[in-house]
Amino acid sequence: MRDDAYSFTLDRREFLKLVGGGIVVFFTTGDPSALQQRRGRGYPEDFNAYLRIGEDGRVSCFTGKIEMGQGVHTSLAQMLAEELDVPLELVDMVMGDTDLCMYDSGTFGSRSTKYFGPPLRQAAAEARAILIQLASEKLGVPKGKLRVKDGTIFVPDGSAKKVSYAELANGKRIEQHLGKKPPIKHYSKHTISGKPTDRMDSRLKVTGEAKFAGDILPAGTLHAKILRPPAHGATLKSADTSEAKKIPDIQVIQDKDVIAVLHKHPDVAETALGLIKAKFEPSGSKLDNTTIFQHLKDSAPEGNVVTEEGNIQEGKRFSTKTFEKAYYNHYVAHAPSEPHTAVVNIQGDQATVWASTQSPFRAQREVAQVLGFPQEKVRVITPFVGCGFGGKNQGNQITEAARLAKLTGKPVQVAWTRKEEFLYDTFRPAAVIDIQSGLNNANQIVFWEYHNYFAGDRSSQPFYKIPHYKVLSMGGWGGRSGGRSVHPFGVGAWRGPGSNTNVFAIESHIDIMAEGAGMDPLEFRLHNLTDERMKRVLRVAADKFGQSFSKAPSGNGYGLACTDYLGTYLATMAEVNVNQKSGEVRVERVVCAQDTGEVINPEGVRMQIEGCITMGLGYCLTEEIRFSNGRILDENFDTYEIPRFSWTPKIETVLVDNPEMPPQGCGEPAITSMGAVIANAVYDAIGNRMFTLPMTPARIKKTLS
Amino acid sequence: MRKKIQFNLNGKIVNVASFPDRMLLWVLRSDLELTGTKYSCGKGFCGACTVLVNNELVLSCQFPLKEAEGKKVLTIEGLKKNGKLHPLQAAFIQHNALQCGHCTPGMIMGAYALLLENPEPSARDIIDGMEGNLCRCGSYNRIIQAIQTVARAIRGGTS
Ligand code: FES
Ligand code: FES
Repeated sequence: MRDDAYSFTLDRREFLKLVGGGIVVFFTTGDPSALQQRRGRGYPEDFNAYLRIGEDGRVSCFTGKIEMGQGVHTSLAQMLAEELDVPLELVDMVMGDTDLCMYDSGTFGSRSTKYFGPPLRQAAAEARAILIQLASEKLGVPKGKLRVKDGTIFVPDGSAKKVSYAELANGKRIEQHLGKKPPIKHYSKHTISGKPTDRMDSRLKVTGEAKFAGDILPAGTLHAKILRPPAHGATLKSADTSEAKKIPDIQVIQDKDVIAVLHKHPDVAETALGLIKAKFEPSGSKLDNTTIFQHLKDSAPEGNVVTEEGNIQEGKRFSTKTFEKAYYNHYVAHAPSEPHTAVVNIQGDQATVWASTQSPFRAQREVAQVLGFPQEKVRVITPFVGCGFGGKNQGNQITEAARLAKLTGKPVQVAWTRKEEFLYDTFRPAAVIDIQSGLNNANQIVFWEYHNYFAGDRSSQPFYKIPHYKVLSMGGWGGRSGGRSVHPFGVGAWRGPGSNTNVFAIESHIDIMAEGAGMDPLEFRLHNLTDERMKRVLRVAADKFGQSFSKAPSGNGYGLACTDYLGTYLATMAEVNVNQKSGEVRVERVVCAQDTGEVINPEGVRMQIEGCITMGLGYCLTEEIRFSNGRILDENFDTYEIPRFSWTPKIETVLVDNPEMPPQGCGEPAITSMGAVIANAVYDAIGNRMFTLPMTPARIKKTLS
Repeated sequence: MRKKIQFNLNGKIVNVASFPDRMLLWVLRSDLELTGTKYSCGKGFCGACTVLVNNELVLSCQFPLKEAEGKKVLTIEGLKKNGKLHPLQAAFIQHNALQCGHCTPGMIMGAYALLLENPEPSARDIIDGMEGNLCRCGSYNRIIQAIQTVARAIRGGTS
């Protein structure tokens, strides 16, 4: 990415014009070292991150992050309100607007709180210090004698001397910068951050007032439906649009590779699209979901070492028992509630874009390119996003809408149908993991060799105490080998990218070794762990679970798994029932203990864990994209089954207290342990090990017969 | 052919001149610009487009405009009374029974229909009644609690 992607599209004067009066604090993220290094790229250094205190005392918080359900709309507001000392209700979030918000590479990887939170806190502390300075001048009282509460600065000596933030901001336009950085509050002083807080966007969402991209209808909007191939790799031979053209008020556009029909009502455009007679050359792909794993292994490039310690041969010499297994995971869809949608309105030399996207700045770049506009002439506004899970990091619907808006001269909306969503989703990649490992006669893991075919590296580093290990990546998450994609369609980040497959393999394999050691799975893990933080989450989860584990298979149907997801530690325990006749798994209860460092919104974290567990049941039990010769056979929720009301287990969450550690991510971690915990519980119930996800009734039945 | 169709929408009479076979979802969202009712699957598999027609649950993506003629259509926008939230809306807020909120209008309308039919549903009744509504964010347990809260209030109010 080019460096100028950081450059803010508006200069300060323009920004101040847009947001009006009040106090605007341009802050610096200061010391670029720690934050930038961890993030890869830091938040920009100057005048591109700020908040505004309005004349009415309301506070706007500007962030390039977006809200897709994960709750940062609330938790970031809490962080700001805490440091600034204003009531939470006074904070308004302005999110994902490329004209108003600082550059951000996108909302993914459970990073919003972890990496955006600290500079936001710093900004708020800086703003607070500026306000105290202004109050000191106004009241004629030295700064040290002033206190702040709920947006009012006062003298705590019983005198009536006080001034509110609103009064300080009144009629002024103050642009301030502080030389010295004020400290941020210690967590023990928090009264807003760290408290369970209800979502601040609920009211809009329960009344239907919350706007998603498809709800934005500039006057004269045309809805576009685009001719799609029946399969990936199929190419258009001919198209007859004459019947479609007969629909009143329909507009048919043929431009290079795009054939689109547009109408002021989306369903009428859809009807017209159905009237196009098109012929396609079939796809050259000969793969399907039964041959994919062999294909992946055959296509794998040379492995590269992700992490290594000791010497595998040496480890093998110490082994008294060895274990060798392969684990398989299928493609799964993001299946967001809201399909990819975008609206583009071009007026003169300025384009405005409303998009369901996790990456508004990427969208800005892409639209600018397609239109031949300078980047600052494209404003992307991100309304509420109806699920993302990594699937909305990219999406061609935005540039499609931009192209068609330019061609028609009208505002254009492109909203994918569910079928298009399944066709163009960037699926979680199918992957294979081979593990070889050994135990010594003290039941300690002495070697661990891990071959990862196309899952991605995340969460593949061993966290057990193992003297000799080697983790090899034989083809990464992007699915490339010899410069080409090995997948027959797009793949991409899916909530906890890489980790879902890795944790499934690792924690299933640990259970197999536990049985080999003659130990129960909890005892075996504690026996092989030295990481006290991990031991703690396991013990806390076990406490809550309240059932004792026995050597598997015990018939109880209990399972457990633990992992470290980018610094968030968690242990999950589950109880399942398996119907021996139908092969159906019923998950009765799931307990999850999570240590995510300092918690900003305990209620929000619980919601994310619950969501992860519920959504995770899908990739455990049913979700698998079926495809053949480039064609996606699952086109809707009739055959692609996602979790529903009747599946939902009793869910109990425990937030492990660890406020000394800076806040870690929480939108993804808990989903990554679901494959293993359910596979281990199924094994404990029926004594058959499932090596492939999803564990469909058919696959389970096959092991039973 | 276009036809003029009249129905009652959230208490007001509306007239739509359009093709009678068009699905109500699009007439609501596009012609009438009431976008609270959502599209998610378009085939009757998800419940995002749930509305009520003459107090009966209807999947508006599968419900032709002509069948609404002369009837009462209730959408999420029609639940608030004099600026006051409906108890179901309040309960969804109270229980944080939503995340992205895209399924929420359909969930609330589904729950509304369920409680009309069965004001005292058991947890099992709620699960059975709501089974057709999907929530990818996984708010199911909280939605069940929200509906139970309202059901309890109804019980409390009538006993
Ligand atoms: S959109 Fe109507 S049921 Fe899914
Ligand atoms: S709240 Fe996102 S789909 Fe239900």
